[in-house]
Amino acid sequence: MAYTDQEVLAGLAEIVSEETGLPTDAVLLEKSFTDDLDIDSLSMMTIVTHAEDKFGVRIPDEDVKNLTTVGDAVTYITGAQA
Amino acid sequence: MSGATIRQATGPAYSRILGIGGVRGENVVTNDDVAGPIDSSDEWIRQRTGIVTRRRAGAQTTVLDLSEAAARKALDAAGLSGDDIDAVIVSTVTYFHQTPAAAAVLADRLGATPAAAFDVSAACAGYTYGIAQADALVRSGTARHVLVVGAEKMSDFIDPTDRSISFLLGDGAGAAIVGPSDTPGIGPTVWGSDGGKAQAIRQTHAWSDLREDPELGWPTLRQDGQTVFKWASFQMAPIAAKAMAEAGVSPGDIGAFVPHQANMRIIDQMIKQLALPDSVAVARDIAETGNTSAASIPLATERLLAEGQVGSGDLALQIGFGAGLVYAAQVIVLP
Ligand SMILES: CC(C)(COP(=O)(O)OP(=O)(O)OC[C@H]1O[C@@H](n2cnc3c(N)ncnc32)[C@H](O)[C@@H]1OP(=O)(O)O)[C@@H](O)C(=O)NCCC(=O)NCCS
Repeated sequence: MAYTDQEVLAGLAEIVSEETGLPTDAVLLEKSFTDDLDIDSLSMMTIVTHAEDKFGVRIPDEDVKNLTTVGDAVTYITGAQA
Repeated sequence: MSGATIRQATGPAYSRILGIGGVRGENVVTNDDVAGPIDSSDEWIRQRTGIVTRRRAGAQTTVLDLSEAAARKALDAAGLSGDDIDAVIVSTVTYFHQTPAAAAVLADRLGATPAAAFDVSAACAGYTYGIAQADALVRSGTARHVLVVGAEKMSDFIDPTDRSISFLLGDGAGAAIVGPSDTPGIGPTVWGSDGGKAQAIRQTHAWSDLREDPELGWPTLRQDGQTVFKWASFQMAPIAAKAMAEAGVSPGDIGAFVPHQANMRIIDQMIKQLALPDSVAVARDIAETGNTSAASIPLATERLLAEGQVGSGDLALQIGFGAGLVYAAQVIVLP
């Protein structure tokens, strides 16, 4: 069963919150991981790994740097679902 | 076909580590000392890696010198001398001779001749690979006392302008003596490799390239830091968990967790993945010593013992992982 954009955003917000301590409602589509949420590249790899597990998708390391905003990640994950 | 049957060697039921010793490069190199050429800062390096200083050896000190000093300390700790040793294993990726092996020269320096002697190339997993070999040699009756050394002079393979790995690296050696035991002392080794990720931690070019094009200069190390971070943090924790399961112990039984000292953030993530209780002493020698590859686990173990964070007879979960990619984990009883 494929996850909707809304479900992916909600799941991602939980993962980001767990990693950073930010409230889930701070994780909005237009937020930049680095500039707005203060997530460095190692934390980003951690978030990506948890997202892969949660949504059953593969996010290759070389694609991670293209995920600038939360919205980029949501689009990538919904698109990567088979 | 001969009608004769041959005898096969058999050894003691159990092996254990009898003594551990280590030495660090004599020079303390601060983050400020390495930050300039990579446009970095003390704060950045601490935040990303947990490294405060790394220890590096002087120009005259060799991998063999480091190995010998560590080996002598391990022999002392075990109450043995060179002539008690009948096999010597040196794990290193920074020894300058293709042949003969460092181990043969080291055996001679220690008066351990005619011990069997060979080197192991397993990068940051070199020490735990060595312990796996030593355990097997002792229990098969092939050797009685095995000296395992992890020794690196990483500073010979760094590029001060490289942002990917050079600033993490330090020099040192750690050694252990493995011998027969009345009780189980080394749990099953869980090990493996993933050569599909051979490029994740690499040498800039092969020595043969240098012969073709001398302009290339001395090869140094590089890594894809995020790939290695993800692999180490998330794929190595299940390996460590499997080593506990195969040894028949649970996280609550472990006295010390001694992962390869690559990055404090990897160590913290592994603790989370493994759900290790607060009672477990965690090796964090990287803060002072940096990443010394094959030497990091015995150096960190020796520190935990010296600081009294764990004692003789406690269990340590150790896992080495690095270039190859290769890895090996086992639970051991501390000497
Ligand atoms: C090496 C490591 C510290 C690099 O950190 P990183 O966060 O992955 O670095 P990145 O390449 O993503 O760079 C992130 C930012 O920091 C900058 N940066 C990279 N290296 C830097 C350094 N050494 N100092 C200062 N800034 C640096 C980059 O320019 C980049 O800035 P930008 O976002 O403005 O472009 C990190 O990946 C690491 O330690 N990984 C674990 C690997 C390991 O321990 N291996 C041991 C082998 S067993």
